Amino acid sequence: MAITDDVLVIGGGLAGVTAALAASDAAEDARIRLVTYRQSTLRHASGLIDVLGYAPGNTDDQQQPIADPFTALESLPESHPYQRVGVDAVREALAFFDEVAGDAYAGAHTDRNALVPTHGGTVKPTARYPVSTAEGVASDDRDTLLVGFETLPDFDAPLAAAHLEAAGAPFDARGVTLSFPGIGRDDAKVTRYAHLLDHDERVETLTGETGAREALAATVNPHLDGESRVGFPAILGDDHPAAVREALSDTLGADVFEVPMGPPSLPGLRLEELLYDALESAGVRVTSGVPVVDYETVAVDSMGANSTAGESETAAIDHVVVDRNGAQIPHEADQYVLATGGLVGKGIESNRKRVTEPLFDCYVPHATDRYDWFVDDVFGEQPYARFGVVPDEDLRPLNSDDDPEFSNLRAAGAVLGGYDYAAEKSGAGVSLATGYVAGTRAGEGCQ
Amino acid sequence: MAHDTAVLVLGGGSTGCGIARDLAMRGVDVTLVERGNLTDGTTGRMHGLLHSGGRYAVSDQASATECIEENEILREIASHCVEETGGLFVQRPEDSDEYFREKLEGCRDCGIPATVLSGREARKVEPYLADDVSRAIQVPDGAVDPFRLCVANALDAERHGARVETHAEVIDLLRDGDDIYGVEIRHDSGPGKRTHKSPGTTEEITAEYVVNATGAWAGQIGAMADLDVAVRPSKGVMTIMNVRQVDTVINRCRPKGDADIIVPHETTAILGTTDEEVADPDDYPEEQWEVDMMIDTLAELVPIVEEARTIRSFWGVRPLYEPPGTGTQDPTDITRDFFLLDHDERDGVSGMSSIVGGKFTTYRAMAEEISDHVCAKLGVSATCTTAEDPLPGSENISVLEEGMDDFGLRSPIARRSNQRLGNRAADVLETDEPNPVVCECEGVTRAEVQDAIDQSGSDLNAVRIRTRASMGNCQGGFCCQNMATELHPRYDEETVREALDELFEERWKGERHALWGEQLSQAMLNYALHATTMNRDNDPANGSTQVDYAQFDGGA
Repeated sequence: MAITDDVLVIGGGLAGVTAALAASDAAEDARIRLVTYRQSTLRHASGLIDVLGYAPGNTDDQQQPIADPFTALESLPESHPYQRVGVDAVREALAFFDEVAGDAYAGAHTDRNALVPTHGGTVKPTARYPVSTAEGVASDDRDTLLVGFETLPDFDAPLAAAHLEAAGAPFDARGVTLSFPGIGRDDAKVTRYAHLLDHDERVETLTGETGAREALAATVNPHLDGESRVGFPAILGDDHPAAVREALSDTLGADVFEVPMGPPSLPGLRLEELLYDALESAGVRVTSGVPVVDYETVAVDSMGANSTAGESETAAIDHVVVDRNGAQIPHEADQYVLATGGLVGKGIESNRKRVTEPLFDCYVPHATDRYDWFVDDVFGEQPYARFGVVPDEDLRPLNSDDDPEFSNLRAAGAVLGGYDYAAEKSGAGVSLATGYVAGTRAGEGCQ
Repeated sequence: MAHDTAVLVLGGGSTGCGIARDLAMRGVDVTLVERGNLTDGTTGRMHGLLHSGGRYAVSDQASATECIEENEILREIASHCVEETGGLFVQRPEDSDEYFREKLEGCRDCGIPATVLSGREARKVEPYLADDVSRAIQVPDGAVDPFRLCVANALDAERHGARVETHAEVIDLLRDGDDIYGVEIRHDSGPGKRTHKSPGTTEEITAEYVVNATGAWAGQIGAMADLDVAVRPSKGVMTIMNVRQVDTVINRCRPKGDADIIVPHETTAILGTTDEEVADPDDYPEEQWEVDMMIDTLAELVPIVEEARTIRSFWGVRPLYEPPGTGTQDPTDITRDFFLLDHDERDGVSGMSSIVGGKFTTYRAMAEEISDHVCAKLGVSATCTTAEDPLPGSENISVLEEGMDDFGLRSPIARRSNQRLGNRAADVLETDEPNPVVCECEGVTRAEVQDAIDQSGSDLNAVRIRTRASMGNCQGGFCCQNMATELHPRYDEETVREALDELFEERWKGERHALWGEQLSQAMLNYALHATTMNRDNDPANGSTQVDYAQFDGGA
């Protein structure tokens, strides 16, 4: 007997979770399941929700960031995933995210992008940002002290401060490098720093044993010189980040913010936690750590009823097969959402000869010569960055004849092709918008 | 006329650095100039094989004999650059029995220890060898780090008073009638260590004698003084795997052919190579078929390389030469022996010799012979000591092994740092400051990066070849940024930014040839980290127009 649901979402990143939540929202009584295999790529990401920071296809050496992403969406090419779902859907998806994220995220008060300091020291445009980052936005002209730590080579605060100045940020930034109280090992993981602060562990200082939060504030305090905000690398707590910031802020008498970091990214992990809590509240069933390894189809006649598979009609997915410790377990659903990610998440794979979508073998356009998959300029217009399946307006992946591969499969997030999220700064936005639309349609489409 | 230096060596590859060290140790005043970083030409673009001589045991027994002699010397004087992996010449069913027998006899004639293994015994040594490998000859091939070896030679030359100038391109040979008396060079950023964004300068350096050790570029240098040096550059591709599929050097036992060697090297294995003549050593095609051939052909010996992850490919150019009139067509057949062209004897132009041909394993012997020649010209009588005196890092190596110290580092990192640094490990790693890991793939800590910066200035590629930082699986995606921040505050923000861009571009250059499967996934992740998370592709700091911050969200 197959495990039966109404909607089955494959993939547990931002797009998959959004699809599952949207399906559950669209069809309250429906049984929604999400299956995931690998750890999601959220932990690699900064936790920022970018919508559109730069116009695609512009090969100018240096582009100006987009201040109003929603106006700019209108002029994207037809093939862009945003155009496939439409600008209104992007707005609805962001509103949906705002509701899910609640007060954990900021930026919803305006259509405008914020410029957020990066750990390399420049700024990047983004539409929503974790509330831990809110006091750090670069259009806020308050002077800033950046604090880095000797044992965290990813963030050099004095260098980042100098870089912000070179980027023309409208405030004075100064950086100091300090020793983090309570960190004895040079190779402590970022989660160790967060844990110390979350639990306010007792740490040794020159003046005796105190809580980690107080000790950190006391380390920073002598370096404050009138700045009204202090930026730290994103290590300020995992479970209780608000309490950690508040404690530091109270003692320092200045606002405290985090600078988003590379992997492993605590803001990314916090977002993942927030999303999975929302899945639980919505009653979505989550099966994790299992790969989908196979599928079976049935043909669909023009009335939409299933019949034995034939050659000419669009097929429907009857069930997929999940591998659980070697056991092949069928999962049946009415509607399916493919949200397995792009090249990084392995929803798109390649070998020396071709590029594929490995689960359903959906069509992925690409040059036959792999030396045409890239251009020589590392930040040039990279064809490989656009690899992915081609969706119709209903987000159903199309085959090479522009017909839907399956009548009941939609795709969302980085598995979609036709856009370069890294250049555009559009990754999270496309995942939200397409996840939202694919999930909503899947929910509505349940019989 | 007083000269700036007694001997001026052109070229910072193994030959040039070897000559500089040799002469400096004999008390001769030496200056070495190199266009880019040390090893930038051919030395840094080889497969890292320390020949046993087995490869030449049939075709060129003089070279084979020299290889085994030098192999044994390098194991002593450069033990921290050498890994004694051993090597196998493996025979497949279609390979000739006759050649196998000649190879074995050749090894024995040349004093190369050689043992025959059955296919089964060979697979015991290397389990991934193909099932139909029928026999193998075991020889003392090894792996050598050409960067470390070359840098150690340069360091030792400096210790003995030599001046070593990198990023100093020769733009003219100074010739007065029939005498060459020096060069004019262009410093990329002024003399001394390289600093990005510093203005370039030119300098004339005069010398009693000039040694043109620029290998594949020797013809270009010669042409500056109207001398014809008919070097025949030949390119070869090398493909780097993400892990060591083999721990022994694997050679195909057949007369000649492309794609016939796998060398285990540090955390990787390197597949090689091809042999194709090119017109210009700075500009030649790097082609897909070459990479595919490495994988497809070497999979006949070690089938898992077919499915394995490659992390990059690179090409090197051999400085092949043969005396005028030899007329060999196939570059594979051109001798690997070296030639000392004394332009006084050959062209009637005094003051300079050119060195062409030769191979990495015997660089020291070449350097000795050339240094003898130069000393004879200068009337210096001093004995060569480079075969006995260990290189920096390999001194008192037995003491090091006894007292292997962890320097407060996790033991795998300490072990690898110790391997790279040899007996310099204590000097470099003993610090009161925190010493976090900067490059996780290769286990390189801040102290080691700082030591490299001490040596080479703001050039992160120079740091890379000294430490291996950014040379692992992620190809710098995760660590380039961390390496760059180590330049601050010694160098200012703008310098750091430019140095980072340069390193990142260099890493991408080789990665392009490995863009499928896992490494394409890695490339997308690297791109996302640098463009999405850091916005390095549209950094307002690089722009000419100021961003209008007031147009953006200023907070709630």
